[in-house]
Amino acid sequence: MTTADAHRAILAAWRIEQPRLITGLARMLRDVPLAEELVQEALVAALERWPASGVPERPGAWLMATAKRRALDHLRRRRMLECKHQMVARELEAEQQAMPDFDSPLDDDIGDELLRLIFTACHPRLSREAGAALALRMVCGLTTDEIARAFLVPETTIAQRIVRAKRTLSASGLTYETPRGEALSARLDSALEVIYLIFNEGYTAARGEDWLRPQLCNEALRLGRVLIAVAPQEPEAHGLLALMELNASRTAARTDVAGEPILLLDQNRALWNQLQIRRGVKALGRAAELGGSGGFYALQAAIVACHARAATAVDTDWRRIAEIYAQLARLAPSAVVELNRAIAVSMAEGPEAGLVIVEALVSEPALRTYHLLPAVRGDLLQKLGRHAEACAAFRAAAALACNRREQHLLSRRADESATALISALPLGTAGDA
Amino acid sequence: MRFMFIVTSSQQNQPSPELLEQMHKLADREIKAGRMLDNAGLMPLATGAQVRIKGGGLSVVDGPFVETKEVIGGYAIFELPGKEEALASAREFMQLHKDYMPGWEGVCELRAIVGGMS
Repeated sequence: MTTADAHRAILAAWRIEQPRLITGLARMLRDVPLAEELVQEALVAALERWPASGVPERPGAWLMATAKRRALDHLRRRRMLECKHQMVARELEAEQQAMPDFDSPLDDDIGDELLRLIFTACHPRLSREAGAALALRMVCGLTTDEIARAFLVPETTIAQRIVRAKRTLSASGLTYETPRGEALSARLDSALEVIYLIFNEGYTAARGEDWLRPQLCNEALRLGRVLIAVAPQEPEAHGLLALMELNASRTAARTDVAGEPILLLDQNRALWNQLQIRRGVKALGRAAELGGSGGFYALQAAIVACHARAATAVDTDWRRIAEIYAQLARLAPSAVVELNRAIAVSMAEGPEAGLVIVEALVSEPALRTYHLLPAVRGDLLQKLGRHAEACAAFRAAAALACNRREQHLLSRRADESATALISALPLGTAGDA
Repeated sequence: MRFMFIVTSSQQNQPSPELLEQMHKLADREIKAGRMLDNAGLMPLATGAQVRIKGGGLSVVDGPFVETKEVIGGYAIFELPGKEEALASAREFMQLHKDYMPGWEGVCELRAIVGGMS
């Protein structure tokens, strides 16, 4: 076994135990970020010891014992500064009692603790990006380097983001708490937002070379599954999982062999993952049973479900989709939702009706740099035979797009409009144009 | 990546209550951690059947199958970052068997699922 292989094997064993290690230490220290740090130290210790000694039979117990020793050292140091010796010993004993029994391989229930971990990582005081980095690290066990690679930013950026986020939590005294009542729903919203950000980062890949980064989608799906397992009564948790499953079901159909994006209506629907669609529809049904069919994520999932149900693109129930977008716009007014409603209306009633909505959005400050506004406008203008305007709109969209593959697609459409424009000109003038 | 774990053994005795309890705890933890997508134990061979093709003919044989040496006792489906994680997970699962059902012998085979990237 090479050193790299050994390290991968150690990291894998650590990943399985890591959420339980953090929750166990957090219960003792009443500080999640500190617990996370000490669990990282246990990993470093394992990386030093295990390549020579081999991975122990019960890696979890070894890691827990090591992390616990570090936690006790930490408490001892802290208490020494604060109070007398004897008291320290007694308090440490009490804290040791609060620890899970690390000889028993498994805890009875880590659901509440996992939920606390997610809520701490996704605290509303933190930016969504910081929350995403913390959640990927504390709940999914990704290393800083892995998170940086997934988000296509330098490792130092992620490291700083994590350090700053932990400092914010410590400074605000928010390192260990279980929200209840109204606070719970605000915290849940924040957790859902962070998970959706992770998913979208992987699914639409706003920046960079590739159109999709499946690892982030998978981690977001995993976090979504964790949330419905530990908070099964929350309809929006099911709504978000439904939305992610349904969107992810199209993964195989979203790119061609060269990696270029294929738009929804042009996709080969035989490549859609029907089992994943079924899981998504089931989660959506669960959200509805819990009274959440009008929720922010459930409504979006319902739109995607309309597409998933259509055997071919022409079978799509655009009228229903336009209705759901209108409902979504009432719940959470947004220019992006309105733009999507314009597309649905154009499909249900014709490009003219859609263009009316789009034109009203052109002066919207929130969409000034949003490449999909001119892209949609170009599409509608092209359908109306207004090729010169369509070509200009596609060029503007290509200039605003940050993903290279998307830029290609939009430039290609601009060229198509230009070709259509030339061929639409009266004979004899084409050569002069 | 998606993995299928298939547990086989030549011993057909049921798992001990202690092992069952530990396996339930493990499954509960893995489901809550979002890693396990599905799992199940399988009923005894007598409840099954085999549909075979041999020498150009198709036949149905009801269980139990006298010539069978290794029996599939259960399976689980996991979504994991890679083979290392799958191996670590399978080791933990088998360690439970070693600890809570001494004398039991068997195999947990793990296989990557085609197209399991999503």
